Amino acid sequence: MLASPRARRGEIRQFWRTFSRNQLALCGGVVVGLLVAIAILAPALSPWNPDKPDTKRILEGPSAKHWLGTDQIGRDVLSRLLYGSRISLAVGFVSMGIAVLIGILLGAMAGYHGGIVDAFVMRLVDLMLVFPRFFLLLAVLAFLKPSIWTIMAVIGLTGWMGVTRLVRAEFLTLREREFVIWSESIGAGAVRVIFKHILPNAIAPVLVAMTLGIPAAILTESGLSFLGLGVQPPYATWGNILNDGKELITYAWWLTLYPGLAILITVLSYNLLGEGIRDALDPRLRQSTVGRVLRLGR
Amino acid sequence: MALFALRRLVLAIPLLIGITFISFLVIQLAPGGPFDYLRTDSTSQDPKLIERLNKEYGLDQPTYVQYWRWLNRIVFLDFGRSFQPDSKPVMTKIGERLPITLLLNLVQMFIIVALAIPIGVTSATRQYSLFDKVTTVFVFVGFATPDFWLALLLMILFGVQLDWLPISGLRSLNYEYMSFWQQQRDFLSHLVLPVSVVVFTGLAGLSRYMRQSMLEVIRQDYVQTARAKGLPEPVVIGKHALRNALLPVVTILGLSLPSLIGGSVIIESIFAIPGMGQLMVQSVFSRDYPVIMGNLVIVATLTLLANLLADIAYGLVDPRIRFASRRRR
Repeated sequence: MLASPRARRGEIRQFWRTFSRNQLALCGGVVVGLLVAIAILAPALSPWNPDKPDTKRILEGPSAKHWLGTDQIGRDVLSRLLYGSRISLAVGFVSMGIAVLIGILLGAMAGYHGGIVDAFVMRLVDLMLVFPRFFLLLAVLAFLKPSIWTIMAVIGLTGWMGVTRLVRAEFLTLREREFVIWSESIGAGAVRVIFKHILPNAIAPVLVAMTLGIPAAILTESGLSFLGLGVQPPYATWGNILNDGKELITYAWWLTLYPGLAILITVLSYNLLGEGIRDALDPRLRQSTVGRVLRLGR
Repeated sequence: MALFALRRLVLAIPLLIGITFISFLVIQLAPGGPFDYLRTDSTSQDPKLIERLNKEYGLDQPTYVQYWRWLNRIVFLDFGRSFQPDSKPVMTKIGERLPITLLLNLVQMFIIVALAIPIGVTSATRQYSLFDKVTTVFVFVGFATPDFWLALLLMILFGVQLDWLPISGLRSLNYEYMSFWQQQRDFLSHLVLPVSVVVFTGLAGLSRYMRQSMLEVIRQDYVQTARAKGLPEPVVIGKHALRNALLPVVTILGLSLPSLIGGSVIIESIFAIPGMGQLMVQSVFSRDYPVIMGNLVIVATLTLLANLLADIAYGLVDPRIRFASRRRR
């Protein structure tokens, strides 16, 4: 390994110094932290049971009792939004995890071995990128039983291409470095070199990719749920509430405005945080393609 | 140049085969086959029905035989017939929808490019100015805005509250009774909302790339040289810098095409526009699997073609690419 523990600590201090100067990124980080807390504490924070209908209070506008109004069967919108943040967060993290895992494995293989492995992996990436994402997602979901796990898996399995490209690019440069050649020359195997020596040095862009991958997955999930093909009711998700509100836009604007705002704020704060981490981790990356490659996955 | 284009074309062939392979794989995902869902409401169903359907569609054959047969048919653009009661050939259905989606995407693309280039150039040449800051905020918000939500909000505002614009379909009910110019106006007014939504979310990305690319180019020596020999600033920016800054944008444009086309799934189903995206959603809900497969193959193939065009265009404007690819391959 290149960096000794002390050098590592220095790096972290350096990172924090740059990061903490970026106020937008700090704000993003705080909001992300709040959102995680809200998701965990949703049962304690919700003023009402999110799934309990109240036939006397159907489609009531925001009031002191129901801050964000009620939906078409009288459920409290605020409570449903709070519970919905759990689904969004879970889908965001798990899908991103799947995508990043596949991306690291394929990207490391392609970048380290080069040659025919690289050619094959990169053609596979090109191939997957040719499919407009929503068409592919819909085609797959048409044949599967919809559940939260299917949605997570499908979003992850169609979103690994950006990470693969990033990791491969890092590996291509790192495998020529002295410390890699040195460890190879004393007989370290491919797996050891990849995971012990190269990957820790390529972790910066992966970290950024993870932070920016979560909001992308959240947007995709809410889009699918909005179409009625995502996480199925009675689960409260932001996309589902928007789907309910779609038919009622002439009477109940609160069913549309608030869940959308929730998505907007969530995605915005993750993006700000991600960009902040990128800028602070490595000034080199600032101008690089990390953001570009990932954004295209949307 | 012709050689370069030809080489790109040959490289696209494995991708084309890959598209059919992935699409075929998707059908295989269905546990128990694409007709298995009929079992669930089998109360009145003929118990032999699934067997018969499987035989009729050749699904009782081994997988590789099925793939080979399917491949042989789709070479002639024969995707079979829709499961809908009208049982039209899939290609006829797609043929009715495709022009609408293509038109919408071309209009959107054109407007995005026409706005993104000046915005990107201006915020790059005046980095950290008020204009730059405002556009940066706009970019971040644009990235984070769900397109379907924006569509709903605009529908509430302009369609319902203000009643300025129509919110669904491409034509009014009394379209037949309008004069020619009224018809054109009617059609355009139906396009305003869907196009604005896509332009807003798409603009964020492209103007950002344009800014980035321009910032990189402005720092180059040849731009300094142009300034040093006394050329006026508009010429330096508009001629020397812009031309070079546009190069990577051509590629980005090609690469962002799938997400633009993919976006039509949501936009078309919100605004009830009878295009490919809406067809896809409808077929998914009715499990019309020949149409789903046909849609997937056609959309991916079109994206591949568009990427190919972008690639060739890139080679056309940047000779370095042509020569580099010759040396490398």
